[in-house]
Parts: sequence; C-alpha cells; structure tokens
Amino acid sequence: MINKVVANADEAIRDIESGMTLMLGGFGLCGIPENCINALVEKGVNQLTCISNNAGVDDFGIGLMLKKRQVKKMVSSYVGENAEFERQLLSGELEVELIPQGTLATRCMAAGYGMPAIFTPAGVGTEVAEGKEVRNFNGKDYLMEMAFDADFAIVKAWKGDTAGNLIFRSTARNFNPVMAMAGKITIAEVEQLVEIGELDPDQIHTPGIYVHRIFQGKNYEKRIEQRTVR
Amino acid sequence: MLDKTGIAKRIAKEIKDGYYVNLGIGIPTLVANYIPEGINVVLQSENGLLGMGPFPFDGEEDPDLINAGKQTITTLPGSAIFDSAMSFGMIRSQKVDLTILGAMEVSENGDIANWKIPGKMVKGMGGAMDLVASAKNIIVAMQHVNKAGESKLLPECSLPLTGVNCVKKIVTELAVLEVAAEGGFRLLERAPGVSIEDIRNATSGKLIIEGEIPEMQI
Repeated sequence: MINKVVANADEAIRDIESGMTLMLGGFGLCGIPENCINALVEKGVNQLTCISNNAGVDDFGIGLMLKKRQVKKMVSSYVGENAEFERQLLSGELEVELIPQGTLATRCMAAGYGMPAIFTPAGVGTEVAEGKEVRNFNGKDYLMEMAFDADFAIVKAWKGDTAGNLIFRSTARNFNPVMAMAGKITIAEVEQLVEIGELDPDQIHTPGIYVHRIFQGKNYEKRIEQRTVR
Repeated sequence: MLDKTGIAKRIAKEIKDGYYVNLGIGIPTLVANYIPEGINVVLQSENGLLGMGPFPFDGEEDPDLINAGKQTITTLPGSAIFDSAMSFGMIRSQKVDLTILGAMEVSENGDIANWKIPGKMVKGMGGAMDLVASAKNIIVAMQHVNKAGESKLLPECSLPLTGVNCVKKIVTELAVLEVAAEGGFRLLERAPGVSIEDIRNATSGKLIIEGEIPEMQI
C-alpha cells in the first residue's frame, strides 16, 4: 500500500506553489485546516486562488494568508467579519467571486463525482446568472455551473486512519467531505490518526481513495467566532 | 404596530406540526422562541444540521457545533448532521417546508433583494440565493419601511436581486400580506392599532384590499 502518512503540515504542503488553486474546508472558523493554513503562511506561497466558504477573520484562518498578501482571488459565499479582507477588496488588491453557498458545495461535489457541470436554480434572474447558460427543465430555469478544478483540497477531520479514511465531528463536517472528494491532490489533517482497522467501515464519511496525504495535526485552537450561550 | 418580537410571534403561527424549517438571521431567528405548544418542528441550519437545539449553557460551548450564523448551539435527541452538499440538496429538492428570512426589498411579483447594496462592502449571499430559488414556501420578516422612511414593498426591487418570483408572504410591524398570483400585495391582516390607511401609506407597490381586513391575533 502507498504510504499516505506524512509527518506534518510542512511535508503535506511541500509542493504547493504560488499561483495554484486550493480548496480549504470549514464553515466560518469551524472545521478549518488550521495546521496547513499556518504552514502555508510560513511557506509564503502567493498568488493563490482559494475556494472556501468564508475567508477567516483578521488574525485566524485564511485571514492570516490575506494579511501576508498570499491570496490573489477568493471564491466564497460569505466574507464578512474581516477588516483586512475588506481593505484589500476595496483597494482592488484582491479579487473576489461570490457564489451561492449551495452552488459552492455542489460544484465541489460535481468534481468529486466526476461530473463536469451541474444545473441549479440558485441565482436565476440575478447578477450571479450573468454570462451563464440557462436551461429550462420542466418549466423552471436553471443555471449551468461548472465543477471546480482545484490543484489541492485541504481538509480537516476528527479521526483518520493511515489509509486516508476520514470521520468528521459535528458541524465541523460542513464543506470538508465534498472538498476532500474534489482536489487533484487531497490533504487531510486530523485530530487523531489511527492505524487501519481501528475505524468502523460503516462510520467512515470520506473513503481513503479520495485522500492522498494525511497527518496528525497539533495544537488545535478551534476558535469560536460567535460564542453564544443561554 | 408590532415590535420585532411581535413579528416573530405572528410568523410562528404559520408553522405547522412536523415542519422542517430554515430560519434566517435576525427576526427569523426569534421565531424559534414562539413556536406554539404541541407543535413539533425541526430546524435546519444550512451548515449541516437538522434538529438545531437552543444555545448551550455557559461553559458547555462546543467549537465544532455551530449554526449558519456561526453561533454556538446544541443538538437535540433526533438531530442529524451532514455535509454542505447534502444540506443544499435537501433545500433544492424541497424537503424543507418553510423558509423564513429577512429582506431589504420585496416586489409585488415576489422578487426579493437582501444581499447587496451597491457602493457598500458586499459580504456575500451565503445560502440565501439557494434557499429562495428552491423553497416551496417563503415568508419574509421585515420592517415595512427602511430607515429613511421609504417603503420596502415596491412595484419592482431597486437593489440587486437575491431571487425572482419566490416570496409568498410578508409579515411586517404593520401587516400580513401575501404576494398575489397576478401580482400585488394582498392585505390579509392589520397589526393591532394599525389602519388600512397606515398600510397604504407605507406600501409603494400595488396593494390589494378585498373585504374586511381583520386585526392580527397574537
């Protein structure tokens, strides 16, 4: 069996180069690949296109990459809560493509399922539809949206085994499984890396066939964006 | 005239037993607090949860468990968690019975604008475009007029659209209205102490008034 296990984030991202397109899992700061983001910041690659539902906050997550001007373009559904992001956007340093959240998820899914495009009603009749093919099925209009084409997908899981099988925890699952399926090369960082045979096959969310590199992450901060209590 | 709580209470009466409901941010979130006794609903959070529970007690927050507004929440017995593609799959295939969301403008043919103001920082549409394009029943919770005193119920939206021809009902501090199939806002109920004249003055789109308009029961 091919060895998918790498020592750490630095080794996992060793061949990510400037100008590449990356998918990064997570919703807000929940379920983001913290270790790989920090390693990308350290490595200093730039001109990246990042496909991620959100863009982190000023001092955490993708916000750290924005601060170092490593991102050329963000493809996201919601980008609030980040002052540096706003500054770069308004000054024209950063390109942003805003797309509906379901379209974002389904364009990942399409890539993972080997389908070139999907049809969705989201955005019909709005500026999202500009320049896109509209098809009518059973009396309703749909936009044709293309599958994503990403060089790397970087995801965070709760548990993983050495074969790359992944289990996510709670709503930290979000975009991670669909992005894991969609990268030409998929890197998974996990809170607990276990030997094969330790995970119940029935409980696996992402089969290892989709995962090329896996490592045990460390020092998870798991920051909460909106701490809300009763 | 209703306050935000009143709007939420009135909308809560639209929820039927067994409904799967998606609540947007703002007034819609408050609706969860006023669901009538004996009515069981399952709240969907589009980041990947069915069966959203209340906020956690202090000290019991779980960073892995949040809602679509990124707030810490809890699950309930019977909750289910899934990925983002499946979440929008159930929205697109109309398994979610009711979507309640806020709006900046609604037009008399049911178009909605709630994501972008030209010239201001645009944060993105999140899941709103997917929700409005597919939901079988959409209720908008909003103020009848904006901060400048201009009507938000218009012949046509002036802001960039989120979706077309999709809003079914609108609940404001003044009234309950439905979007008529032929176009126009059909007045269904008046808020306590509000006259038809008040509603007419605050509505710039076509207002349809048929017969006696009852006062809301809350």
